[in-house]
Amino acid sequence: MSIAMSIVEAVDTQARVEGAVKVSGVDLLVGKLAGIEPDSLKFCFLAAAKGTLAEDAVLVIEQPEGIGECGECGMRFPVTFYYAECSECRSLRIKIVSGEEFLIQSITIEEEGE
Amino acid sequence: MCDTCGCSADGGAVLRKPGESDYHVHVTLGTEKHTHSHAGEEPHDHDHGHNHHHHEGISRKIILEQDVLQQNNLLAERNRGYFEARNILALNFLSSPGSGKTSLLEKIIPLLQQRFPVAVIEGDQQTTNDADRIHALGVPVIQINTGSGCHLDALMVNRAVKELELQENSLLCIENVGNLVCPALFDLGEALKVVIISVTEGDDKPLKYPTMFHEADLCILNKIDLLPYVEFDVAKCRENAMRVNHHLEWFEVSVKTGEGLAAWQEWLEKRLIHH
Repeated sequence: MSIAMSIVEAVDTQARVEGAVKVSGVDLLVGKLAGIEPDSLKFCFLAAAKGTLAEDAVLVIEQPEGIGECGECGMRFPVTFYYAECSECRSLRIKIVSGEEFLIQSITIEEEGE
Repeated sequence: MCDTCGCSADGGAVLRKPGESDYHVHVTLGTEKHTHSHAGEEPHDHDHGHNHHHHEGISRKIILEQDVLQQNNLLAERNRGYFEARNILALNFLSSPGSGKTSLLEKIIPLLQQRFPVAVIEGDQQTTNDADRIHALGVPVIQINTGSGCHLDALMVNRAVKELELQENSLLCIENVGNLVCPALFDLGEALKVVIISVTEGDDKPLKYPTMFHEADLCILNKIDLLPYVEFDVAKCRENAMRVNHHLEWFEVSVKTGEGLAAWQEWLEKRLIHH
């Protein structure tokens, strides 16, 4: 919930800086390994956005796949969680190179029409 | 709602000190959190007709690429800089409720106290029970009551540190809210994260809550005196933890009998001298 609130706060602040009257869309990047449940985030966002410029915003969540890199053989392969092993050499020394992102990518704002 | 002054903290955190019932500080950002929701109603709100034609307004996309936890992370780095400058070793203790975080601190602090100043920040949703236990050891302690919150964040720690008057070359123990999920996401500015599990939990805990074990630097398995009475495979638990995080350092202790504590004390003292 506090995460949803910080998203709303960041979006609302930025929208005001840009002179928006309304935020119609918010694009998030939430890696599959980021430890965030998109569905609960969407639910919390609805509640957190009440009374702000982002009240009617459509939340779009893009979820990049987890990608690990093997510390032994350098092989890159998809991982679904932290306890992955290298598909090539079975090593467990895996560095996560993608999938932990948690970013507000962009917002779509509406400005006052003429 | 704050039960001491009657003001509405709106779920915000409150700092408390043991033995000082009048003392409490609400943790808020410099800017009032909800001003924007009031400002949202334009003063010419009554300018009706207007609202219904908004689709004629210009729509524009703004690229932010901003980390959602940016605010927390920036503040955490400020805390970290303060700790580094004053040579304070800050540890963030994480576990499920009841794994023995507070008991571990109660046991280890008296062993360290003669050589190093120690201070403690306690995080719980309610009560100063844990802070009272630490206070009894005679070390500076502050309680953060998170109210409805399930984790500490960098802002709470920042405020608590301002109230604590930390000494240079000291150890700061931050005991997070008992929870293996959310606290993993919030950097507090600590040097290391210490995750504690006990043998009365499952040995598959590292696999069930991998984010926490992945983020941790050190894992302490507690209550090993109970091993004869429970079905807990230490080797398997350790293996599970290492699968999630191959950098994880591992200690096995019993806070109750003191077994294994000397090894961890030695590790801590080394860190305090060399960090």
